[in-house]
Amino acid sequence: MDNLSLEVDRGEIFGFLGHNGAGKTTTVRLLNGVIEPTSGSMRVLGLDPQVDGPALRARTGVLTETPSMDERLTAWDNLSIYADLYGVPRSEVRKRINDLLGEFDLAERAKEKVGGYSKGMKQRLALARALLHKPELLFLDEATSGLDPIAAHHVNELIERMARGENRTVFMCTHNLVEAQKLCDRVAVLEHGRLVALGTPAELTRQYVRRLDVEIEVDEAQIPATLGVLRSLPELVLGEPAQPNGALAVTIDRRESIPEVLACLVQNHIRVYRISPQEANLEQVYFTLHEEKEGVR
Amino acid sequence: MNARAIFAVVRKDLKVVSQNKGVMLPIVLFPLILFVILPWLVVLLPNLINFAGVSPANVDKIQGLINRMPALQQELAKYENNQIFIVYFLVYMMAPFFLIAPLMVASVIAADSFAGEKERKTMEALLYTPTTDRELFVAKMLSGWVAALAVAFVGFVLYVVAANAAAWSQMQRIFFPTTMWLVMIAWVVPALPGLGLGVMVMVSARAQGFQDANQIGGMVILPIMLLVFGQAAGVMYFSVTLVFLLGLVIWLLDGLLIWLGSRSFRRGKLLGA
Repeated sequence: MDNLSLEVDRGEIFGFLGHNGAGKTTTVRLLNGVIEPTSGSMRVLGLDPQVDGPALRARTGVLTETPSMDERLTAWDNLSIYADLYGVPRSEVRKRINDLLGEFDLAERAKEKVGGYSKGMKQRLALARALLHKPELLFLDEATSGLDPIAAHHVNELIERMARGENRTVFMCTHNLVEAQKLCDRVAVLEHGRLVALGTPAELTRQYVRRLDVEIEVDEAQIPATLGVLRSLPELVLGEPAQPNGALAVTIDRRESIPEVLACLVQNHIRVYRISPQEANLEQVYFTLHEEKEGVR
Repeated sequence: MNARAIFAVVRKDLKVVSQNKGVMLPIVLFPLILFVILPWLVVLLPNLINFAGVSPANVDKIQGLINRMPALQQELAKYENNQIFIVYFLVYMMAPFFLIAPLMVASVIAADSFAGEKERKTMEALLYTPTTDRELFVAKMLSGWVAALAVAFVGFVLYVVAANAAAWSQMQRIFFPTTMWLVMIAWVVPALPGLGLGVMVMVSARAQGFQDANQIGGMVILPIMLLVFGQAAGVMYFSVTLVFLLGLVIWLLDGLLIWLGSRSFRRGKLLGA
């Protein structure tokens, strides 16, 4: 990690994005006091991971990138051992395990060895283990990787419920940009151990996505004239307008140019029925950042 | 120290090991052959040699070996000629072999518990639990220690029964265990797992997997083999004094290895690649 500095608020769903080897897992290990930093300082839930590691880890739950389950043990054994390790009150262990196995649709196969489980089942069991002690802060490393769409949807609902309903904090490392866009309050983008962007998905798209795709619907008879007007604005309209599904699809240089383009069309007596910008997404932000970095290299 | 967490790790390690045929096979087979089958062979062998009409030259050689150690000769003086061979093998020659069992079991379990867990990628979840490094270290040591002692004590009981039963026709009484064996069981055997575990903790931090760690850590039985050869060559024999000193040395080595191990034991180092 290199000069990483960030703050995450309680109850926030925070996305941590970056390619393989960018430093996401290392950050999670550092924040849980599993490895030691060479320099710098951290506070997690008000605790220093290096000094108060055990107390901190009692309040955090971690879903590791690989399920990290003992495959020779049953799902029940795996959870009951971790209930002891996390200090779940003995009187609650049985109920809590049963509830989680039920929640993740594993109750019927609770007494089977985990080695016989599918990848998705192991992932669900690992998630159940991470939630066993009701952590205040949950670290999810690729939570929905290997899950089918229904299970992934269920996990996403759970993440939202934990953050929005129970005010727990979720720190999710992910490659799934659509998921991050949908779930996260804020995201950080990491590149080779350095933080390259931080903000809400909307802030990042405004900041980093400079081109904007816009659909313009005009009277069909006026399309040639409209094309002429658009072509006369090379500083605002980038590339050649396309014409899928009757409407014109153009790329403009930035959001602020929309009124100017519209004004030009109106001045040239074009009857504009609809002008709708396509909202930029995190995927575009991510690729823009990646291209910038690769360009610098 | 969080006893509940420590016993959870011990429970986990022992359950996982008990499900692993590759680990359980040597743990069960080695003591079975050594402590149950071998006593019968030792007693039956001279009879077979005589039955075949071959001069028991090997028996003479053993007598020559015993004669080179006056203290041993004195200890064996109370036995009849036909009993000396049995007592020499079952009491003295078998003693260093017996020590291999707890050492081997501890090493195999430690290899599985450290390097094996790293290989199976199950270590990371354990490292995210609220256990301290010291609790993890103690738990991992305890798993190997408990299993090694259990195998050694069960093996000892089996050996007591097998040795007396096999030698009954010659001895006509319960001659085993001797004082030397009782000292060995009470003083040396409990110390031995520490040796295997201490070495394995250091080896496993660098080893990539169970087999890797087991092969390197397996070398820990070499000093025991020296005792076997030393006794076979008539250089020394397992007297009460030697056994007591042996135990003392092993306990001191345990202390040193555990101190070094606990100092260098950091959860981050167990993550591997």
